[in-house]
Amino acid sequence: MSELIWLIPLIPFIGFVINGLMGNRVPKALTAIVGCGVVLASFVLSLFVYFEIAAAREAGASGEIYVHLFDWFTVGKLHVALSFLADPLSAVMLLIITGVGFLIHLYSCSYMASDAGFGKFFAYLNLFIFFMTILVLGSNYLVMFIGWEGVGLCSYLLIGFWFKNASYASAAKKAFVMNRIGDLGFLIAMFFILETFGSLEYGTVFAAAASMPVGSSMLLIITLLLFVAATGKSAQIPLFTWLPDAMAGPTPVSALIHAATMVTAGIYMVVRSNILFTLSPVTMEIMAVVGLATALLAAFIAITQTDIKKVLAYSTVSQLGYMFLGLGVGAFTGAFFHVLTHAFFKALLFLGAGSVIHAMHDEQDMRQMGGLRKALPITFITMFIGTIAISGIPPFAGFFSKDEILAHAFQHQPVLWAIGFLTALCTAFYMFRLLYLTFFGKFRGTEEQKKHLHESPWQMTVPLVVLAVLSVIGGFINIPEALGGHHSLAAFLAPIFEAGSAHAETLSLSHSTEYLLMGVSAGGALIMAFVAYNRYVRKETLPTADTQASKGLHKLSFRKLYVDEFYDALVVQPLNRLSVGFYKYVDRSGIDGFVNGVGNFFIGAGKGVRQWQSGHVGFYIMMMVISVIAILLYAVFSI
Amino acid sequence: MSLFYFVAFVAIFFALMTIFTKNPVHSVLYLVVTFFTLTVHYILLNAQFLAVVNFIVYMGAIMVLFLFVLMLLNLNEDTEPMKSNLVKVMGVIAGMCLFATLLGALRVIEPSNEIVTGNTDIGLVKHLGNVLFNEFLLPFEISAILLLIAMIGAVLLAKKEVKEIKKA
Amino acid sequence: MENIVTQIQGVPLNHYIIFCSIIFAIGVTGVLIRRNVIIIMMSIELMLNAVNLLLAAFSAYRGDPTGQVFVFFIMALAAAEVAVGLAIIIMVYRNTKSVDIESLSKLRW
Repeated sequence: MSELIWLIPLIPFIGFVINGLMGNRVPKALTAIVGCGVVLASFVLSLFVYFEIAAAREAGASGEIYVHLFDWFTVGKLHVALSFLADPLSAVMLLIITGVGFLIHLYSCSYMASDAGFGKFFAYLNLFIFFMTILVLGSNYLVMFIGWEGVGLCSYLLIGFWFKNASYASAAKKAFVMNRIGDLGFLIAMFFILETFGSLEYGTVFAAAASMPVGSSMLLIITLLLFVAATGKSAQIPLFTWLPDAMAGPTPVSALIHAATMVTAGIYMVVRSNILFTLSPVTMEIMAVVGLATALLAAFIAITQTDIKKVLAYSTVSQLGYMFLGLGVGAFTGAFFHVLTHAFFKALLFLGAGSVIHAMHDEQDMRQMGGLRKALPITFITMFIGTIAISGIPPFAGFFSKDEILAHAFQHQPVLWAIGFLTALCTAFYMFRLLYLTFFGKFRGTEEQKKHLHESPWQMTVPLVVLAVLSVIGGFINIPEALGGHHSLAAFLAPIFEAGSAHAETLSLSHSTEYLLMGVSAGGALIMAFVAYNRYVRKETLPTADTQASKGLHKLSFRKLYVDEFYDALVVQPLNRLSVGFYKYVDRSGIDGFVNGVGNFFIGAGKGVRQWQSGHVGFYIMMMVISVIAILLYAVFSI
Repeated sequence: MSLFYFVAFVAIFFALMTIFTKNPVHSVLYLVVTFFTLTVHYILLNAQFLAVVNFIVYMGAIMVLFLFVLMLLNLNEDTEPMKSNLVKVMGVIAGMCLFATLLGALRVIEPSNEIVTGNTDIGLVKHLGNVLFNEFLLPFEISAILLLIAMIGAVLLAKKEVKEIKKA
Repeated sequence: MENIVTQIQGVPLNHYIIFCSIIFAIGVTGVLIRRNVIIIMMSIELMLNAVNLLLAAFSAYRGDPTGQVFVFFIMALAAAEVAVGLAIIIMVYRNTKSVDIESLSKLRW
């Protein structure tokens, strides 16, 4: 079995080929069966791999499965093999990707049923699963880079899925360009890794890195570049603005790619290279600060957004910032744990939002919703669970993972914890705001929409229920010792962090401190839930309309802190003006002038010379004789 | 020896007559005489085969062809187009210039004023035949094809075009 | 035979060259001053013959038969050329009712 892990990426690829070739020529049911089936097959295979590795871990082994497919290329001292590595880390990632992926495929069967590009959609989704599994299974940086680029491509294709809408298409381009900036960092980082360690294989690189001194400048450069790559893919400052725009894609895509899997690729990459990062404390500090700043900023923006998907998008950015905070303070397990739980509850929230949007006939503005809990009971309950989970109220999944990160942050620097806590409060507030605005109060939409309100079909509710269950119980796999747990996930992942553990901080807070921190954050979340309830349910405050002028912080938040405008003024406009300048002065008058000048010169010369071509043969003969005489004279005198 | 200079003088005289005579038929006749003098030159060089071929091909075939065409087209002194005197003078000057240049070239090169060194019998049919059918057999065959093609081409060109019946 | 050898030996090669140059220049002049296409072709024949004679003279002086073989080939070629050329002239005459080279002024831009 373990030799066949290459089937995990291959099967979705076959699905992509079949769906891509068949397109809309086959019945939608067949497309759906193929599209979901291949992912389900991958999920089953991933389960086998997981159990095999889990068994190996039980027995005390490291549980690595290394499959060498073939040597890709050898240039000079560079040997690159196409090889796969399944270890505890990639096994968990595989389960998330294929498991959540399958649920979202199932959901899409119904959500996209009336779309003309049904076959295309499933082909892209399968291609995404293919690249994502390649990303986590690769045993060297280059194979990871294939997946890294591939998921970026799929993200672009799926954001721009409804490419006939110009703003959707430009959102896709924005995502692609932002990702490319990050990818450049990855590429340069690979060159440095190759130069320093002479190989791209994880095993070789990490073994060599373990013997390097802490704070080596080469490691600093490599990790900074890798972090740049991560900021692009995982939407951190300064490259985060593409993710909210990416909501232009279909909602299942937002759930799968822009919440659960692809955006966590940056965290996966950092966790995978944890040894490099632990040896470079400066990068860790930068990562913690950037992550925290992103978390706070995104949460601040999310408070005033009125588009249901935009709120969730900024929430995703914020949660990703949390994960980077965790990575920065050395809580690799905590960050990865948060990846896991976040995948559950954020996918759930997105799918729930999709269900609402579906019921509201593509209405995404929360000001037009309200009171939907009676019409959409399952959606309401599951989204309620998701909201509790993300807000960090025990015993739901988000509580445990967020708390582990915050505990590490507190130990590292209490200021970090304080800001993180503030962010958590914001998170609780805007999530409950979303919930109340959508499901409580009176219905604010049109009569037409009210008539058609309906609960979604089983293909959409089953994934919701499954994800809700996972959001409830997901936290229990890594209960901290303070609450009588065993840190099972940390124990499972231990081999990944073995090499770097000598330099990593371990949590040494007393249990009473931990209880205090947990209590504060859980209590804060509950208070914020109540504040939101007071404001949006009891007082029935509505967010102001777009046209209405807002003031101060509220305006700043509603306008998304003017980050897009800032980038526009700083990068886009100067480039535009430079291009226009080049176009006008260099291209039009310089190059065109020269080229046309040459052309005009020869046209004029031709007009003059062609007078000689009188057409009289006698004249031609005369010229010929004169020329012969001239040539002879030249020959005679040059002897 | 003096025979050469006499024949050369005759050749030059009739060549000039060829190009300056207005009547094209007379021109052809003068050209025939010029070619005859050239045949005499070949004999003086002991190139018997060439002399015979020149006699037959040029004087016989080619010149008759010219004459034939002239008469076919009914060209005579009256219809003869002539260039203006200015152009004529210019043409003569250009020709003289070419001659002067060739002479100048000859003087610059200063070839050794050779006399006969090799076998003077090479111009005989027997010798030439040996060379022609050994060394130059392939060009000989190819020239046969060339003549055939020329014949076909001439027939095709000179043939009256059958006017196509236009369809409505 | 002796007579002929003395005849040849009496004439220097340079004189053959000059003689042939004169005939050639006359041919060129003919091409330049006449308008009748047939006369022009005859002038070309004159030039060809001048070259032929020079080749034969060199051949005799060098004792190398190759030159004379070439003359033979040139004659064959000249025959072909005249046949085709005259055919073309007939075609031209048929179309323009003239053998004036000035009437063929279509060789222009």
